[in-house]
Amino acid sequence: MSKRLTRRNFLTQGAAIGCSVAASPLLTPVSFAAAPTDNRLVVIVLRGGLDGLDLLRPRQEALLPVLRPSLSAGNKGEIPLEGGFGLHPECAPLYPLWQAGQLAFVNAVSTPYRDKRSHFDGQDLLEAGIASIEGDGVRDGWLNRAIGGMKGVDVRTAYAIGAEPMLLSRGDAEITSWSPDVDFILSQQGVSLMQNTLRGDPEMSAAMATAMGLASQSGGGALDSADLEEAMDMMMNPTGKSARRAHVRVAEFAADRLREDARIACFSLGGWDTHFRQSNTLRAPLRRLVDTLLTLHNRMGAAAWQRTTVVAVTEFGRTAAENGTKGTDHGTGGAMVLAGGALRKSGVLGQWPGMDEAALYERRDLMPTDDVRRWMGWALRSSFGLERSVLETEVFPGIDLGDDPRLLA
Amino acid sequence: MSFSSTLAAHRFGYGLSPEIASPKSVNAMLRALRGRDRAATQFALPPVSDVHALTAEFRRLQKVRRKALRAGRDDGPEQAAFDAFKKTSRPEISLWTVQGVLRRVWSEDGLRERLVDFWTDHFAARGKNYDFRTNEAHYAETAIRPYVSGKFADLLEAAVLHPMMLHFLDQNASVGPDSLFARRRPKQSRGLNENLAREILELHTLGVGGAYEQKDVRQLAKLLTGVRAEHDIELRFEPRRAEPGAETVLGRSYGGTERAELEDVQAVLRDLAVHPDTAGHLARKMAVHFVADAPDAEMVASMKAAFVNTDGDLSAMTEAMLRHPAAWQAARRNFKQPMTFLCSALRGLAVPVARMNALQGAGLQRYVGAPLRAMGQPLGKPLGPDGFSEADGHWLSPQGLAARLQWSLSAPVDLARPLPDPRRFVLDVLGEDVPKEVLFAAKAAESRREGVALVLMSPAFQRM
Repeated sequence: MSKRLTRRNFLTQGAAIGCSVAASPLLTPVSFAAAPTDNRLVVIVLRGGLDGLDLLRPRQEALLPVLRPSLSAGNKGEIPLEGGFGLHPECAPLYPLWQAGQLAFVNAVSTPYRDKRSHFDGQDLLEAGIASIEGDGVRDGWLNRAIGGMKGVDVRTAYAIGAEPMLLSRGDAEITSWSPDVDFILSQQGVSLMQNTLRGDPEMSAAMATAMGLASQSGGGALDSADLEEAMDMMMNPTGKSARRAHVRVAEFAADRLREDARIACFSLGGWDTHFRQSNTLRAPLRRLVDTLLTLHNRMGAAAWQRTTVVAVTEFGRTAAENGTKGTDHGTGGAMVLAGGALRKSGVLGQWPGMDEAALYERRDLMPTDDVRRWMGWALRSSFGLERSVLETEVFPGIDLGDDPRLLA
Repeated sequence: MSFSSTLAAHRFGYGLSPEIASPKSVNAMLRALRGRDRAATQFALPPVSDVHALTAEFRRLQKVRRKALRAGRDDGPEQAAFDAFKKTSRPEISLWTVQGVLRRVWSEDGLRERLVDFWTDHFAARGKNYDFRTNEAHYAETAIRPYVSGKFADLLEAAVLHPMMLHFLDQNASVGPDSLFARRRPKQSRGLNENLAREILELHTLGVGGAYEQKDVRQLAKLLTGVRAEHDIELRFEPRRAEPGAETVLGRSYGGTERAELEDVQAVLRDLAVHPDTAGHLARKMAVHFVADAPDAEMVASMKAAFVNTDGDLSAMTEAMLRHPAAWQAARRNFKQPMTFLCSALRGLAVPVARMNALQGAGLQRYVGAPLRAMGQPLGKPLGPDGFSEADGHWLSPQGLAARLQWSLSAPVDLARPLPDPRRFVLDVLGEDVPKEVLFAAKAAESRREGVALVLMSPAFQRM
């Protein structure tokens, strides 16, 4: 397949999660790359548009109860952080991380995407790391370009849980996709016959070679019919408890790889598109984020966690005011979440624009005061020492990294 | 680059069948499409009233059970009745899915089935609770299927004003902020929800590159207030919930009469349906879906022109595609989506109707539901309102191919009885243009099972 994506491809590639639909946790891709460093970076894409104003409630704003009467009502279980911001009660299990200096937030950040507020375009831009998807279009994701810019990267371990490729990790640097849960059986002769039938189709050939290679690695050689039965059962029983806890399995899988030789992981969490009764609908995705962060923390081991930075980003924030159905609509400025033992300290960062009507973007959304790519750029630079020029021209073309926010210790 | 019967089956149908003749000409394809819907009669769904009776009974039992729970009886006869109902109704509901599969596998008018799938995906909607999940098959049956060769305006109205879509995109809860309804309930502060309005413009009509702005989304959302429907009640319009005054969408004013009317909403949908950006968006999407990810520009232009010249006649647009030489380019590049792959395999295996009908809930899950999920296309469950990806690359993942191989190695053995000789099967499903490597693999395979799987996994079968 052509590496160069047309705008059309681009749209359909990124279009996994829709409006008002909680994303299936089963379709959460995760990719890994190994590198000659002890530092680790985990990038989580929060698909659907996280409401930063509900994650971090700006209690210092007199207008908050006016703009968000139902969402700001009651603060039971809310955790006062600093500067007047109160952390959503569902995130209370993260408080020990905050106390340990391992949790931070950046307010009022966004990609350069403006005005049309489409999830699909917004996520494409977030994952591509560029200023606009108009014109030429782009071909790959910023994380993949960053890996391409790192010296001595050995991409040995590369997986993706779920059937769907993730744009973020897509590009020239080799990262493939795999779920550790699916396996199949074909005789040696069948394999060589298939190699022959696929020879004229490089794309199918490559994908199948990867599938076969990975399958035989995890399966340990030839499979007998008992293995096939077992594999079938696993594939045929996707419901039940294990499916509901898929995000934890993704995080466990990620933690195990990162404890070993993987240094970069990315995956996504869905369900953030809270148009309706947000006081209920935001709880499940927040709980999944909390579970994910705590699973990484608990399972990775102290030594690996001390060198880890987790960055969770979303395609846009949501409207400053709640809508007519006690939810929020697509907005602009939003919040990013940082966690990990590598952080220098806890804090609520970013330049807060205020919520007066004149301070809002289009008198509707929180005004973005900074580019989310600048923060991701510094996370990359601090973790892996990427050159400023590489970050400003190749990874996030056209961005000005500005002053070092000194994220890491 | 001219008509080929085999290519017509691969590209515009569900592939070749050893028991059903492929289309003889473009004229024959169009005649079938414009004629009677035989498959819908042969593999019929029960009337919508049956579905509503089922969901009404479900709700009644649920209510009784909840009452019992509140009274502290959590394991009484109420719970048992509720569980028994769920258990006995499940096979009936799964039979509707089987009927859908059978239409694709046994229809003589494959183009119609492919168009129904295409437009159902274009207007992707799914149930978020039991009632609406139970209605999914009937959404496609009543809001999409009758309109696939009619005017797009009729399809648009039927789909976006169907209770399923109003439920899926939160329209039922959207209320005009200055409506009577909202003003009477100041404490509830009820108001707008932009979800449906945005997707109508971005996905269903103009396309994300189309000539609309945020203010059009907002205005359309206001215009849509008052439109609502419950699962078992026809669409209705409640002026009390409608935002008073006129709204301006794409520079044109709608409504504004003293009493808001459903006609105002229908008027804006009619205008959006024939907008040139809608024509361009739909023509391209259809060409991508049926022919190639990078379709011939002239073919797309001719499809768009047919749409524009006929005020959005879908059969004219389909005809323009079928009559264009680029539709018959011999190289097959489009990679089958999982549902197309699975149904074309069943069609090639000529899996008997009785065998499919015998698949009750668990069997259907084992051979159809779970494998489709593993291939990345859960049955009738698009993740979002934009439906499933049209990009070949999306489906060409190692994981997706592994799941297809796994199905090819395991399902045909159980479903096709007897499993065909691969040497015959390869000709059944690939026809005259069978590549020599595939012919060789079918002969050299060490078992029937592997031979059939190798044919199904060949590029000549996977691409259309």
